[in-house]
Amino acid sequence: MSAAPTPVPAPGEDRASAPAEPRAPAKDASQLRQKQLFADYFETLAHAREAGRKVVYTFVPGNVVELLGALDLLPVLPEINALQSAMRKRSAAHIAEAEKAGHSEDVCSYVKCDLGMLKSGNIGPTGTRLPEPDLLLLSYTGCFTFMKWFELLRQEYHCPVVMLHVPYQPDGVITGEMRRYVVDQLRHQVVPALEKVAGRQLDDEELRRRLTRSRQAEDDLVAVWESARHRPSPIDGYFGGVYYIGPIFSAFRGSEDAVAYYRELRSEVEARLRRGEGPVTPDGAAAAERYRLVVEGPPNWTHFNDFWRMFSREGAVMVSSTYTRVGGLYDTGFRHDAERPLESLADYCLGCYTNLGLPSRVALLERYIRDYQADGFLINSVKSCNSFSAGQLLILRELERRTGVPGGFIESDLVDPRYFGRANIENRVQSYLQMLEARRGRSAA
Amino acid sequence: MTATPTPPLSPPPAAMADPAAGPLAEARRLVEDRSLDTVRAWKAAHPGALAIGHLPIYVPRPLLEAMDCLPVALFGGGDQVDIIRGDSYFQSYICHLPRSTVELALAGDLDALDGVLFPAICDVVRNLGGMWKLLFPDRYSSYLDLPQNLDPALGGRFYADELRRITRELVARGATPLAERALAAAIARENARRDALFALDALRRRQPWRVPASEAYLVARAGAALPAADHRALLQAYLNAALQRAVHRYDNVRVVVTGAFCEQPPLELIRTLELAGCDIVDDDFQLGWRYLEGPIPTGAGADGIEVLARAYLDLGTATASRYIGEEEKGAALVRRVRRAGAEGVIFAAASFCDPALLDQPMLEAALGAAGIPFTSLKFSENTGQLQVIREQAGAFSDAVKLWGSAA
Repeated sequence: MSAAPTPVPAPGEDRASAPAEPRAPAKDASQLRQKQLFADYFETLAHAREAGRKVVYTFVPGNVVELLGALDLLPVLPEINALQSAMRKRSAAHIAEAEKAGHSEDVCSYVKCDLGMLKSGNIGPTGTRLPEPDLLLLSYTGCFTFMKWFELLRQEYHCPVVMLHVPYQPDGVITGEMRRYVVDQLRHQVVPALEKVAGRQLDDEELRRRLTRSRQAEDDLVAVWESARHRPSPIDGYFGGVYYIGPIFSAFRGSEDAVAYYRELRSEVEARLRRGEGPVTPDGAAAAERYRLVVEGPPNWTHFNDFWRMFSREGAVMVSSTYTRVGGLYDTGFRHDAERPLESLADYCLGCYTNLGLPSRVALLERYIRDYQADGFLINSVKSCNSFSAGQLLILRELERRTGVPGGFIESDLVDPRYFGRANIENRVQSYLQMLEARRGRSAA
Repeated sequence: MTATPTPPLSPPPAAMADPAAGPLAEARRLVEDRSLDTVRAWKAAHPGALAIGHLPIYVPRPLLEAMDCLPVALFGGGDQVDIIRGDSYFQSYICHLPRSTVELALAGDLDALDGVLFPAICDVVRNLGGMWKLLFPDRYSSYLDLPQNLDPALGGRFYADELRRITRELVARGATPLAERALAAAIARENARRDALFALDALRRRQPWRVPASEAYLVARAGAALPAADHRALLQAYLNAALQRAVHRYDNVRVVVTGAFCEQPPLELIRTLELAGCDIVDDDFQLGWRYLEGPIPTGAGADGIEVLARAYLDLGTATASRYIGEEEKGAALVRRVRRAGAEGVIFAAASFCDPALLDQPMLEAALGAAGIPFTSLKFSENTGQLQVIREQAGAFSDAVKLWGSAA
């Protein structure tokens, strides 16, 4: 079990990098804990059938893993499999397999990576076989493609599907009608479908215990995010941040393991803060902080560490990001609430970042730029994700107009390596950082 | 494979006055009214009334008409608009419709509208709704969420709440408060328009040589900014005229075209398919007109909003933006092909249209299992290179005609 590779490669483990890689830095205790968590999780999935465990596929945004955990159901999150395949350089083959089967080059590469993986034997990112689903829980939150994705999977697995349609928040307000719609779906359709698969009734007390633990982890995660308000920031809130969201966005929210992970992570970050240290990067301790940036959009996963190094080697630190809010937006105050379990699950789903209208997204980014005293902001626009990408050029203009802070714009993709033009992206990043430097020089003069 | 009667080939009838020329000219005038002069004229004749635009696919237009609003279907700029500013708002991998819609708005061509509704169809149109709020903060716009959970007690109730919200918002902007009697009358007018559209479709299926798809498209599209009753009158005029035509049958292949439910192909592309030997006997162009597969039920004492909500749940057609929970994907397309007596399917999706392109492999599998030949192409609303499409469609129609399949 312990020999399994890290599900999410830690900083320094991405093998796509330029020659003369420095040695990977020593890992913090929280990193080792997360590595073990995921290794155990995939091992559990690999033996789920022998162990008689039931498996539910669902998506990251709007997932209700507390319900699954309370019924001892194992979640599988296809986006996580896709991004991990990309980090291990397997996504190109999976995408090719899907396109060979007739899937368009125009559509989401997460979907094609997942379908290609399925066609290739459903061997997961750690090299173990993923179990087939007993149920597809279609948490349709913030992304239209999710719906098509599970229609496609249903044709492959011929298993039941239960829909959780989460209404969009065009005006940044959760209305009573929206909440009631989600709560009623949970109460009358989702919970009964999960109970049927689990073969037992939901234990309300166990659900409350899990929601309480979710809240504890969320408090600690928010403290980690907000540590980046300090100079120098002790964390990278984008590249480093995607590691921090690993447990809470996936299978572990509501578990004791997640509580322990976030407590440990917070403690490490606070210690770095006291010591005045910057983030840990793929090359070890970060260079001195020169630029503080906010990022909009998902990262590229196929060249993750290469992309990170383009910034970290220049002393650019990502102090906050929106991608790290896609599976839960906690730093505006939301917490899971054991006193109103289904209502707070509904509010969680409704509040995920990509479920917010563009005006709300702009307002959140503006807040991050101001609160985190950013020198600039960067938009990584990924071809695969219209939910994120449509409108980003207007977001760029609007943020520059409101804040006076300059934005940079990069195009790449989630898991299709054909759309990561390294030289072009590096050139843009360099130009952008030089512009920030020149601007700083002008201000000083 | 459905056998198509094969008439002897002969030259087309000598040129004569086409009785449908008048309705077609009127339809063309309306379709080419890019600056919405028709809407301005309507507003001048109805002082204080609102004109409300809406994006594809489906918005319950009778609700707007019942509040004395003019619903105006927006289909982008087609191939008539040079995109200059619109392109600067969208990356190259976003479909074309939103960029031409923004272009039209920035150029003032949509100024006659008092508001725009953005129905839930895909992430791009959804985000376009948010862009609208940022670009035009002083104008009314609203996102209309359509339910994917089709249980009447869940999605049905939510959708009815959405319609009530839209109603409140419009009243706050000067629309006539909703009255049950007015809504019932508007639903009746919509049903009458639908009857005319379905009569047109039925004639097209029976005698596609009498009603070419390119003409049917034009007279349907002409209703974008017309009240339902006026559109019905135009449809009826065309239908009556088409029945008077001296016609000639061609040895074409009967096809269904699917995938163009939102961004529309240029009219020339439809004509190109026809010139390539395809009688388009069914399609999902401008799907909103036919989104409901039957008349909206009416009855004394019924709550009109509940009626509209229930119609959406019960009568909504299978399309890529609607979740298909129970039935096998593609079964509805196979039924359409059978009903139309079609011999093949042409998938025509807009480039970068996620819903259509993600759906397509599932639909292809269903067609394959049913032994129905198909081919696929992509377009954008301003596609101008049609020769390749003509050759592809021609090869497809030849293959079907000669061998009964596209293999």
